[in-house]
Amino acid sequence: MSVSCDRGWLARFDSAGALLQAVRELRDLGYTQLEAYTPYPVEGLAETLGPVRNRIPLLVLLGGLCGGFGTLFLEWYASVVDYPIDVGGRPDASWPAFIPAALEMTILFAALFGVTGLFVANGLPRLVHPLFAVPGFEAASRDGFFLWLRADDPRFDEGRAHADLARLAPLSIDEVVP
Amino acid sequence: MSVPLFAPRETNASITDTVSGLVLERPTGRLWLFAFALAFVLTAWLGVGIAWLLARGVGIWGLDIPVAWAFAIANYVWWIAIGMAGTFISGGLYLARQGWRNALNRYAEAMTVFAVSVSGIFPILHLGRPWFFYWLAPYPDRMGLWPQWRSSLFWDFSAIVAYLIVSILYFYVGLIPDLATLRDRARTRGRQVFYGLLALGWRGEARHWQRFETLNLLLAAMAVPLVFSVHSMVALDFSEGLLPGWHSTIFPPFFVAGALFSGFAMVLVLGIPLRRYFDLGDFITARHIENLARLMLAAGLFVDYSYAAELFNAFYGGDRYEVAHAMAELTGAYAWTYWTIVGCNVIAIQALWFERVRRSRAVLFVIALLVLIGMWLERFLLIVGSLYHGFLPSSWGMFYPTFWDIVFLVGSIGLFLLLFLLFVRLLPVLPMFELRKLRARLDREAA
Repeated sequence: MSVSCDRGWLARFDSAGALLQAVRELRDLGYTQLEAYTPYPVEGLAETLGPVRNRIPLLVLLGGLCGGFGTLFLEWYASVVDYPIDVGGRPDASWPAFIPAALEMTILFAALFGVTGLFVANGLPRLVHPLFAVPGFEAASRDGFFLWLRADDPRFDEGRAHADLARLAPLSIDEVVP
Repeated sequence: MSVPLFAPRETNASITDTVSGLVLERPTGRLWLFAFALAFVLTAWLGVGIAWLLARGVGIWGLDIPVAWAFAIANYVWWIAIGMAGTFISGGLYLARQGWRNALNRYAEAMTVFAVSVSGIFPILHLGRPWFFYWLAPYPDRMGLWPQWRSSLFWDFSAIVAYLIVSILYFYVGLIPDLATLRDRARTRGRQVFYGLLALGWRGEARHWQRFETLNLLLAAMAVPLVFSVHSMVALDFSEGLLPGWHSTIFPPFFVAGALFSGFAMVLVLGIPLRRYFDLGDFITARHIENLARLMLAAGLFVDYSYAAELFNAFYGGDRYEVAHAMAELTGAYAWTYWTIVGCNVIAIQALWFERVRRSRAVLFVIALLVLIGMWLERFLLIVGSLYHGFLPSSWGMFYPTFWDIVFLVGSIGLFLLLFLLFVRLLPVLPMFELRKLRARLDREAA
């Protein structure tokens, strides 16, 4: 998904089922640059649109490892290298006592990495977007199901794309202009 | 259970219009203004209290030796515990795929964020020199010092920090699609900008949704163990002490159960008036209220079991100091607190076995209030009950709250109310996109 495209056709459908069907048919016709907008997460829609790159789980794992091992390292460094305190001959590296804080930081960093990853991967914040200018698009957060046929699609051709969309019997078709 | 999860007449459009209308169209009512004014006055008192505390020190509270922890720590434990139910409803019930949580999780999460924020004030103010609170954090300071990693107080600090930040993130990420709805439906410029900035340009693209759902699932899966660990750490603050009554392995699970118990009580205390004031009967149905009552009963029975186990262990173990502590609880200077706790947390909740009680919102409201009072007194007794009656009679001594102790307790309730009132005025109290998704799921199952 490149963010450079700002043209194309936006069709509105009356239900999630109709939108899914439309995406399938356009994919069969060879279109690849499709985006779908729904008021709630629709199961299977993302996969139908094309291959999905979802790295959130990996980022969360990475964040957790950084937070957990980072804290353990800090505790070890502070107690063994930087400022060892001899308390009745007990070992400086008291691993069991190091675990609680490391556990908390594991979860904290996993969450921070995950949320940051969500924003970066979704390209947010992005307060200005050509779709916001399309009349009626505000229904995407209410009860509207939209399909954006992007102009950077190799198969895109002003007239043919419109005709292909119109065959799917959408409620409306609007032009997306920058 | 034949009562539906929400009224079948509600569609995607009507869900959106009803919930966003509460924020965008509904005029600010007199009742809200009155409650806000009240909460504001109480919060102002808290502000006065904090200023006085900063000027004079923690001596303005009734603290002394032997009772050097009292109201402030009780308030802290009570507030952080209330947060637990919010996390449990939004995280635990999400993992368990309980569709009925969808109407409750938004305001329960808001409750969590506010309760944890309020609770965090107390340990900081209790430090004596609160302006040095950042010394708790590990950072390369010029003194060359590090925190004491082996202390439960440091574990507790990291637990609160992690819990507060993760709760805020979880709450905010879950809000973004609904903020986008408010942005799209706002009619005035000011609101469009306000919600538009908060929504960060969310558009609801399918692949965005997918990542969003993955993250929500992972956050839920992490929030549940997090919240269990937080309350265990709070308990370890006491268990690591040697005092009779504190030095006990039962504390972590006991604190977790108590936290769930008081949290569900607060969810009911907030939810019942909210449902009535905003006329949300279509979404928060009799089934939701009844489920909450059942959960409160279940958590309450765990707490009651802990009470019994505490007494049993004291007498069965035969340690004279533990026995003396148990006797002091049952018959000592604070016995009235103990028996009030039994009345609130053991006897009152037995009414929840009856379906008629679970269906009566007025009775439930009263029981939930009693539970909140009982749980506060329990935290108070747990702290003061051990400190006032240590190993040697020469170190026994009473605690008497001062005017400022009361100000901080009531003021913290005021601050919590203030935040919650602002929440119901400015943000959607129900998660609209989750209800739309639930609508689709129910339709699919019906078809």
